[in-house]
Amino acid sequence: MRLARYRPVALFLAAAVALELLAVHGGKGFLLTQLTMSAYYTLVVLGLSLLMGYAGQISLGHAAFFAIGGYASAALTTWDLSAWGGTGLVKALVAAGALAARRDAYGGPVLAFHPWLACACAVALALLVAWLVGIPVLKLTGHYLAMATLGVGTIILSVAVGTEALGAADGISGVPPFPLLFGAAVGGSAAERVVNYYVAFGLLALGLLLLSNLVDSRVGRALRAIHGAEDAAGAMGVDTGRLKLRTFVLSAGMAAVAGVFLTHFNGGIGPSEASIMKSVKYVSIVAVGGMGSLWGTLATSLVLNFLSLRGYFGSFDDAVFGGILILIMLFSPDGVLSPRLWRAARAAVLRPRPAEAPAAGDAPAAGDAPEDVR
Amino acid sequence: MFGELVAQYLVAGLTYGTIYAVVGMGFNIIYNATGIINFAQGEFVMLGGMTAVSLSTLLPLPIAIAGAVLATMAVGALIEMTFIRWLHRPSVLRMIIITIGISILVREAALLLWGQGVRALPYFTGNEVSSIALGGARVSPQVLWAVGACAAMVVAITAFFRFTMLGRQMRACSANRVAASLCGLPTRNLITLSFVLSAGMGALAGCVVSPITQTQYGMGTGLAIKGFTVAILGGLGNSLAALAAGLLLGVVESFSVSLLPTAYKDAVSIAVLLAVLFLRPSGIFGGRVAARP
Repeated sequence: MRLARYRPVALFLAAAVALELLAVHGGKGFLLTQLTMSAYYTLVVLGLSLLMGYAGQISLGHAAFFAIGGYASAALTTWDLSAWGGTGLVKALVAAGALAARRDAYGGPVLAFHPWLACACAVALALLVAWLVGIPVLKLTGHYLAMATLGVGTIILSVAVGTEALGAADGISGVPPFPLLFGAAVGGSAAERVVNYYVAFGLLALGLLLLSNLVDSRVGRALRAIHGAEDAAGAMGVDTGRLKLRTFVLSAGMAAVAGVFLTHFNGGIGPSEASIMKSVKYVSIVAVGGMGSLWGTLATSLVLNFLSLRGYFGSFDDAVFGGILILIMLFSPDGVLSPRLWRAARAAVLRPRPAEAPAAGDAPAAGDAPEDVR
Repeated sequence: MFGELVAQYLVAGLTYGTIYAVVGMGFNIIYNATGIINFAQGEFVMLGGMTAVSLSTLLPLPIAIAGAVLATMAVGALIEMTFIRWLHRPSVLRMIIITIGISILVREAALLLWGQGVRALPYFTGNEVSSIALGGARVSPQVLWAVGACAAMVVAITAFFRFTMLGRQMRACSANRVAASLCGLPTRNLITLSFVLSAGMGALAGCVVSPITQTQYGMGTGLAIKGFTVAILGGLGNSLAALAAGLLLGVVESFSVSLLPTAYKDAVSIAVLLAVLFLRPSGIFGGRVAARP
């Protein structure tokens, strides 16, 4: 019976393998690049889904944590220390294996931090920032929380754009591949496309496993209690403040991991990754997938990110996400997979009642209690 | 020399401060009527400026500005009637997301209509180089126009809420919507009116500062954050305090440029927002305890 809970993740992995085989044998191997990127963005969205859907806390600054991870890793792995090669500190770092020597695009020697160390530092930095920011921010609710997280996102963005060492408006490029086990590396070379695809989807499956176990645990039930009624949850003995903070830090950490990997995969990162619009996109995907539905969020995120990255929305990309956001929130705030929406749709098809619009907000369940976060 | 520099920063700060104040007051008008923070508030400023620039190529400047304000008011009414009017007790999270969606759509529509270019209205009097000496600082006459227009707006809107029947009805509606509708007030229309007023104020502010700050399709988001900061600083719902907070924020931001790189200017005002949110969420001027709902 214990194995049954792993079935969805196993099914997901099987679907990922099928997709890969289909793409490669269908001669569309190039699609794997965008699928890989979608998988990383989906990792961010899943973390946000835990925060928004289960703990009921909105974050309009999640792109910032992605950017912290990506920028920190990019900066550390491209920061050439060979000029200080003679100093004792650098020698000690080399001896400890913390630095890796390589050649840049022009063949010049570069001595920079090893990607593994950079990755650890980047994620630790994101966790630290999330923790420090989360303590005061998560005391806020409603508009205040939304604006405060938006503000944090904007600060990180202006630091990225305004700091010369982070490449200002150009961002950081020339980020080396991230060597994993068995000679595989997270990087942009076409030869390693399939490996990278599996790394990304493996990471995503791990995230799913973590989250699906978490939401079914004592912690998950406590989070849902906070979402339902924070005061009541507190009265029942749930340490709401600490739990919200931990959820926030965890979801920020997932965003940072995605940021690190995607930055190494793309070989660079730019300030657009920290933009408000990115954060809003993540929120809109969580909204479409359904707050509190990991699998719904997973599916919509993979599809929407893939379509967006392939450029199907053209120059209307932002408008499409804005439109989706409004439509979902107006007509089905529980997401496209919400049972309520399907019931309403079925009722509308089976016996059309022109007088009654199938708007979710009018459903009796919404009645007097506001249906989600205050 | 030092005194002149201070005066110059002060004038620049007050110029930006007045527009922040007007956006903040726009937030307050809608918040008072509906309890909604309209994240699309900055887009009204952008729409006002952009429409006026387009109209000014065909019409004389005052008529173009009036037309732009009226058009933006119509957009405000349209937004309320399309997206907000028929929602039954929407939750805060839902309204945040919907108004963010609206702001994206308005911005993208503006991008489609006007492109990415930076536009500006001509100076109302004189030109870019004309200036008036004012206590050691050189002030462009346009600054006086902007400050004057914003001051007039603040006075007018305060008088409207205090002395006219319609204004009183709106206050009744914001105090207790159910009671207001039991007294026979058309609460839904009053809420639409709050969007219209708020849009109109934003649009006029967008027109008077357009020659100085210029207008671009994406300017709304930054202004919305600043305006919200101002509204929070003054205590949500308190319009006169928002005015003071707006001027204060503008000046703080302007002086921050002398210490930090310009790119961090936005970060400074947001740091102010965060500090206030954490330390005194009822606002520096507010005495109300209800700020954390």
